[in-house]
Amino acid sequence: MFGFHYRLERRTIGFVLAVMVVSSIGGFVEIAPLFTIDETVEDAPDMRMYTPLELAGRNIYIREGCYACHSQMIRTLRDEVERYGPYSLAVESKYDHPMLWGSKRTGPDLARIGGKYSDAWQVAHLMDPRAVVPVSVMPAYTWLGRTALRIDDLGLHLTAMRRVGVPYSDDMIANASADAYGQATPDGDRAAGVVERYGDATHVRSFDGDPSRVTEMDAIVAYLQILGQLTDAAGKQEAVTTGNGQ
Amino acid sequence: MASLLTKNERQLALGISILLALVGLAMAGAGDDRAYAAHGILIMVFGVGTAFLTISGYHAPEPPEGRLAQYYDDPSKVGIVLAMGWAVFGMFIGDWVAWLLAYPEMTFDAAWSSFGRLRPVHTTGVIFGFGGNALIATSFHVMQRTSRARMPDQLSPWFVLLGYNLFCILAVSGYFMGLTQSKEYAEPEWYADIWLVIVWVTYLVLYLRTLARRQEPHIYVANWYYLAFILVVAVLHIVNNLAMPISLTQAKSYSAFAGVQDAMTQWWYGHNAVAFFLTAGFLGMLYYYLPKRAGRPIYSYRMSILGFWGITFFYMWAGSHHLHYTALPQWVQTLGMTFSVMLLVPSWLAAANALLTLNGAWHKVRDDATLRFMMVAALFYGLSTFEGSFMAIRPVNSLSHYTDWTVGHVHAGALGWVALITFGSIYAVVPWLWKRQGMYSAKLVEAHFWLALVGTLIYVFAMWNSGIIQGLMWRTYNESGTLAYSFIDSLIAMHPYYVARAIGGLFFLIGAVIGSYNIWMTVRATREDSREPIADRPVPAVARDRALQSGE
Ligand code: HEC
Ligand code: HEM
Repeated sequence: MFGFHYRLERRTIGFVLAVMVVSSIGGFVEIAPLFTIDETVEDAPDMRMYTPLELAGRNIYIREGCYACHSQMIRTLRDEVERYGPYSLAVESKYDHPMLWGSKRTGPDLARIGGKYSDAWQVAHLMDPRAVVPVSVMPAYTWLGRTALRIDDLGLHLTAMRRVGVPYSDDMIANASADAYGQATPDGDRAAGVVERYGDATHVRSFDGDPSRVTEMDAIVAYLQILGQLTDAAGKQEAVTTGNGQ
Repeated sequence: MASLLTKNERQLALGISILLALVGLAMAGAGDDRAYAAHGILIMVFGVGTAFLTISGYHAPEPPEGRLAQYYDDPSKVGIVLAMGWAVFGMFIGDWVAWLLAYPEMTFDAAWSSFGRLRPVHTTGVIFGFGGNALIATSFHVMQRTSRARMPDQLSPWFVLLGYNLFCILAVSGYFMGLTQSKEYAEPEWYADIWLVIVWVTYLVLYLRTLARRQEPHIYVANWYYLAFILVVAVLHIVNNLAMPISLTQAKSYSAFAGVQDAMTQWWYGHNAVAFFLTAGFLGMLYYYLPKRAGRPIYSYRMSILGFWGITFFYMWAGSHHLHYTALPQWVQTLGMTFSVMLLVPSWLAAANALLTLNGAWHKVRDDATLRFMMVAALFYGLSTFEGSFMAIRPVNSLSHYTDWTVGHVHAGALGWVALITFGSIYAVVPWLWKRQGMYSAKLVEAHFWLALVGTLIYVFAMWNSGIIQGLMWRTYNESGTLAYSFIDSLIAMHPYYVARAIGGLFFLIGAVIGSYNIWMTVRATREDSREPIADRPVPAVARDRALQSGE
């Protein structure tokens, strides 16, 4: 073996090829089957896609690095399930390009934050976390409230999402900007279209409390309020499984 | 600088610079979002800048033929200065971020300065800015010495070094403006990623071309590691960054993968960024500078081989230990755990090989802070690989994951291993490169060593404590069978440890500042040591490099 190596290390190309082969095996064996084995992602016929407004909110979540402090992945441990809700299923992030499972919980998990608080609470908390939770170390995001949301290019966003596999329809893409506006302007004439395209369960309201304009705050709160609610597949699961939580 | 290029190379350099400036101009002009347009301007300025540098020496006479009898070290020198600049910047941001977790108001009411944007500035600044520049600079130095051949040309090393720094600047300025793909350590957007691919392929080709010219029959161990680093990082980078831009005139893109497949791809990438960027590359440094400084050959050739191939093979399976108890199928988690534990063997082989090399030179370790940097780095390498294998075991991970324990583990490796081996190697190589008798001040090297060591220990102990307390509080039940602590309770308990960590980080940062000063003064020192080390020339074979070939 060492004799073989003694010869190998005299050949640059041979050595390069050897490194490539040896290093590829692990990734190949672990990743390729995830795309082909059907059980990897559960079936959830009720799974819905993000509305344009929610998607814009998700992009703000990414832009501001909320994922650096918050996970969106409840593990199959008893204490996590009791603290945060039913453990996360693969299907729940099947439209998440990219996923935001996170790796660090400086703040609590947010996988099921949707509906836990009112819109007003979310807005107040984002504007000044310490006004709501005095010991919080979360940053204040005052600029979200004063920045108008860019909605003119949302059609491009939906198109790109469709290219990577999310089944947005032509209708949804064509109306992306109008739908974003409509979802945050409940009394306007564009609100009805959102429900028609994305389903009755869609929240249509002024998330930041000011129906006269659509801000980044509208978008991020709309996103937070939908987290964990795109499907109820997880609600049906058994409460606790693999026990390490104790 | 440009006057050392040949006429052909100057033409090519000018052409590339102009092309870059034009691409920048196009991006700035067509850009449909402000950050993208700003990046266009930045690229344009960079291109114009390198064009001016080239023009400034454009009409100088051809460089003397005599240069070919010497190694080409100018890019290494610039790379080391850049590495130290990024170190101070990245660690400053790191310490700022650390204070923010203790006192969240210590920032401005502006988007760019909020925690979520600064944190990737820190990680990219230290890993890619500091670590990457140090790797490029030292790899150029090492590949020439161990091949006893000069680089084949003088343009491609500059292209690699400067192009790489352009990537880092795009990355970091992008986060400040809110551009990120959110994939940890792969945050830069698609156009920066494409640029890095071009730079990286040039790097690989340069490396292979230099090896092809080598006068030594064998490729030395350090080069195995540097090569694996370059090769595997290329593959990881390309696969994990596959994404669909929303338009060619906007920065935003959507990852090609979603959900569980994306998670697995990301942590396959993320963990092997640790393996091949933060480990393999730096083992390359260790395997050259430590024996050289100690004046001892590597302890065992066989251990080098087993360590190298073990690391190359096992690491690539380990990524899924970042996803224990998640929606990732259990069989993948189990594989990840198993290989992570086996990984301890080659890791410790590599660490032990380094430490045993010091046998017979321990008195030097005592007296020479530079060598001590390297020795302690090898110890921390051993420590953090042990800790890593331990944390990959599912039940342990159920406690440690999501907590500060991970951060403590990361920094035992990042400060104790990566940063210390880099500082040690830089202190060794700076006098060689600039032909000085030694560093400007040995006392300051000593001071840096202690600041770095104490800073690391404070940091790591603080995070072990906070992480384990956090993990335990989250899972503690009281007698009635309900969770004993709210999340907020655990947050309050973290505060003293966050303050301690920030102080430890400050020590480490001050050390890096002192180191930069010392290096700067060494470079500026007027008194050149005219006695060039006899061995330090290409081709004619010399005994000094022989010492590096294994004892077996
Ligand atoms: C520095 C880390 C940090 C960042 C960055 C951060 N948070 Fe937080 N977050 C926290 C902490 C700590 C808490 C718990 C204390 C509190 O409620 O303020 C929290 C709490 C929350 C909660 C309430 C969770 C619950 O179950 O009570 C929400 C919602 C939230 N954050 C959303 C966000 C959003 C959205 C962003 C990005 C715009 C963000 N956070 C960025 C640290 C952070
Ligand atoms: C002055 C020295 C440093 C300080 C004060 C510092 C501080 C920090 C802080 C506060 C965080 C965020 C942790 C959190 O979110 O809770 C962090 C993350 C990180 N740092 Fe550093 N750091 C330093 C040096 C370094 C160096 C030299 C490296 C690598 C070479 C490094 C690599 C990382 C990485 C990879 C992370 C992400 C960890 C994770 O996601 O778990 N750091 N650092």
